[in-house]
Amino acid sequence: MYLDNERRPTLTPQLAFRVAVIGGVALVMFAVIFFRLWYLQVLSGDNYVAAARENRVREIKVQAPRGEIVDRHGQPLVVNRSSMSIKLTPDKLPERRADRVELYRKLAKLLDLKPRRLTRRVERELSALPFAKPTIKQDVDPRLVAFVLERQEAFPGVEPERESLREYPHGPIGAHLFGQVGEVSPKQLKDQRFSGVEMGDRVGQAGIEAEYDRFLRGRNGAARVEVDALGKLTETLRRRDPVQGKQLRLSLDLNVQRVAQQALAGGTGKGAFAVMNAQNGEVLALGSQPSFDPNVFTKPITKKQLAALTSKDLGEPLLNRAIQAGYPTGSTFKLITATAALESGHITPDTPLSDPGSLTVGGVTFENAGGVAHGVLSLRQALTVSSDVFFYQLGRDMNEKGMPLQLWAHRLGIGRKTGIDLPGELPGRLPTRRWRDSWYKKKLTDRPWSVGDNINLSVGQGDLLADPLQMAVAYAAVANGGRVLRPRLGLRIEDATGRALQQLDAPTARRVKVSKEHRDAILEGLNGAANEPGGTSTPVFEGFPIPIAGKTGTAEHVGKPDQSWYVAFAPYPNPKYVVAVTDEAGGFGADTAAPMTRRILAELLDVKETGLVQGGGAPD
Amino acid sequence: MQAPTTTAVKDFRESSGRMLRIDPLMLVATIGLIAAGIYIVGTATQDDVRGDPNYFAYRQAAYAGVGFVLMLLTTRFDYSRLREWKLGIYAFLIGSILLIYALGFSARGSRRAIEFPFFNFQASELGKLLLVVALAGFMVDRIRRLTDRETTSRMVLLAVIPAMLVIAQPDLGSGLVYLAILVAIMFIAGTPWTHFAGLAGLTAVAIVVVLIAAPAAGVEVLKPYQKDRFTAFLNPGENRGEEAYQINQSLTAIGSGGKTGRGDEATQTKLDFLPEHHTDFVFSVVGEEFGFVGAALVLSLFALLIWRALRTLTIAKNFYGALVAGGITAMLMFQVFVNVGMTIGIMPITGIPLPLVSYGGSSVITTLMAIGLLQSIHAQARETAAVKRL
Repeated sequence: MYLDNERRPTLTPQLAFRVAVIGGVALVMFAVIFFRLWYLQVLSGDNYVAAARENRVREIKVQAPRGEIVDRHGQPLVVNRSSMSIKLTPDKLPERRADRVELYRKLAKLLDLKPRRLTRRVERELSALPFAKPTIKQDVDPRLVAFVLERQEAFPGVEPERESLREYPHGPIGAHLFGQVGEVSPKQLKDQRFSGVEMGDRVGQAGIEAEYDRFLRGRNGAARVEVDALGKLTETLRRRDPVQGKQLRLSLDLNVQRVAQQALAGGTGKGAFAVMNAQNGEVLALGSQPSFDPNVFTKPITKKQLAALTSKDLGEPLLNRAIQAGYPTGSTFKLITATAALESGHITPDTPLSDPGSLTVGGVTFENAGGVAHGVLSLRQALTVSSDVFFYQLGRDMNEKGMPLQLWAHRLGIGRKTGIDLPGELPGRLPTRRWRDSWYKKKLTDRPWSVGDNINLSVGQGDLLADPLQMAVAYAAVANGGRVLRPRLGLRIEDATGRALQQLDAPTARRVKVSKEHRDAILEGLNGAANEPGGTSTPVFEGFPIPIAGKTGTAEHVGKPDQSWYVAFAPYPNPKYVVAVTDEAGGFGADTAAPMTRRILAELLDVKETGLVQGGGAPD
Repeated sequence: MQAPTTTAVKDFRESSGRMLRIDPLMLVATIGLIAAGIYIVGTATQDDVRGDPNYFAYRQAAYAGVGFVLMLLTTRFDYSRLREWKLGIYAFLIGSILLIYALGFSARGSRRAIEFPFFNFQASELGKLLLVVALAGFMVDRIRRLTDRETTSRMVLLAVIPAMLVIAQPDLGSGLVYLAILVAIMFIAGTPWTHFAGLAGLTAVAIVVVLIAAPAAGVEVLKPYQKDRFTAFLNPGENRGEEAYQINQSLTAIGSGGKTGRGDEATQTKLDFLPEHHTDFVFSVVGEEFGFVGAALVLSLFALLIWRALRTLTIAKNFYGALVAGGITAMLMFQVFVNVGMTIGIMPITGIPLPLVSYGGSSVITTLMAIGLLQSIHAQARETAAVKRL
């Protein structure tokens, strides 16, 4: 008898017997497996080869419709339309190339396509991706689909498939935001974010569709069906229903968006706007002029159409000027200059500065627009009448160690991406000493940084590049006491009936310190600009029932018409909304951008306007 | 002056000699199966990940590499120490299974694995080896009281707790492997036949309750698909469900392989008729692509492995080693027979991988560590014998 953990002398008879039993069990089981394999593979193998050759089970993918996109009040912005497309199933196509070419010829005739081009395209797709199903034509007339279905012998390997396509009921309204849906690329398939997506699935490729793809994307269904030798369906073995993607609710307000785009369209043809909640960053409208009809992207787009959408002569309709174009902002930048001067201690709200109509620095004379002299001013009055000389002096004085003007502009989001939930945003450019000096070294510009650059920047001219959304964010930050908001369009994820499934949390805002006294002084000045006699946009907002604050801007371009800007807060003094509008060739801020802003504010604040809004007012 | 010299010699032997005393045939079988596994997984998954035909093969090779290093380390390890750690090991086993429940709960879904960036750790796989080591330890402690009913019931309880936890995960296959390990360890230890008879009776009652009585009373113990698996293999022809589909496609794959296989024409695998062709149904791929010859070769390697494992059991230097070897043998045997049996339609579908061949890091690494433990038992037995001869 052995002890617990002691060495065992030899194999006891009992243990030997039991090991033998296990060995016997193993032997019997191996024998059973070998006999079974012999039976399956050697004795009846031929039958199974036949069975495998004509395996009649096919799996058919049922594409899941994507979730719809609605505005903040639930009005549909992007919906689905069911359509039939005609596809090829590679393993059922004729094996001889000549037979296939004949098939393509028949299909081309039926579907009104060019036979040579179709042959080339499909054969290339088949050799590149042997198991993918090439699409012959999308959105085919149901009668033609029925024709093909009834003549499967004449069209071997040709299968119609139900597909849901995107539809944009409002055409160009919001066109720049939604982006497109397209077939997933091989590179995307390897990306973690597209796990669960299969070859041939359609995913968001740009805009909101791409940003929120994982919610909008549904889960494909599958049907396993048995077919006969001709490939006709005889029986459905099993099916898993497709699950539609989730509905996405945007913070966008369709009515405001529509009015804003109409207002812009009434201008010179190129421009952009941003309407944002100044307290939480929700974007109520964001758009660019000229716009386009996104419905053209739901079908294969022709070269000619694409050329028109990107043509410079037609104003590059695909460009989203609200986040992708950079402009000098003219006097609308004075809010940032004022904040920098106040917070860095260069002036107090009541420091008087003299405006004799021009300022000479280093032999160069900088004049007020229109050459008027405003006399001695404090900050509030300087903002109200938009005195350039007042701000030239601030720009000159802040061209010092630490560069407070650039520091504050950067803090308020100029020259950096706002972080909005839209792909493709560009940062623009905040001119700094380091930037210009490095360009000068690389011989990209003719001179190094000088005080004149800072003076130009103080009134939003020169090398500055900013877009309406960045201006809206900077203005909102001053108005709300220093929260630099990250604008956002996505509000929540919901089911098809609009029941909330997941709130998309507001991204945290960056904080900067803007004292209440300074903020109030700036807003008072801007209120005066839209309200008091002598204010640059007072005539535009005459009779508007809700008090607002706003700043005009006129950006000068060499050899081109002036660009019109307007950025407004409403209601004053506790603004809920900020609106930034620009028209690339609109002249003075009060001429075009300010009246456009009035139309947008009227829609936003539910003001019934009578009669046309007139532009005009003092130059800035 | 004699003593220090002896010690020095012994030290030398322990550091380098243990490697030399491993079982070469077992090593050959292991390497052969691992190589076959990587190759088969590779050919079966050429078209699974577009643009990366060797995605699964490379990963399987990486798992095998890690497993091989761990196997060599385990070979050098004094397995008897595991007996002292049995409580800790058992606690870790239960803890890791419960952790998966906790994580699964937080993800609002069932889970079988803890997800790491490059690897999903399946606790129930490593649990197979942990259970062998812990159960053998508990058994040795009570070796003088084998005839006590209490001993048997304790052992049963110790194995049934983790088995039930993983079955509820739901991972029926691993749970059954746990039970097979229990039976083997009690059997090797010498538990009386009467106890086995009693347990068999209890099991029969339990099956009747789970499959018939409880559903009749409105309590579903097994998930419906688990029950389908048990019943579908009995007559695959009539059944139209998912399980019957899998069995039919697997039989067609293996049968169409014939004597020498279809090679590149292996349409069952290539055209995706065969489900899970790199994991549970990997043997069907062997059958289709390499025919009876290939299947027989793989089975022979398993037979060699199991023979050497049983032989290791008989020469172990201590009783703990014999029990561990017995448990590992049972673990390998059960998985091979149930997995292969499932692909040829003589066993129900239970989701058990084919050791060393099926794709999956947790399974490959666990199996290699288990074989390393067998080699350690073998090496120490040979060493003891050598010392005795001196």
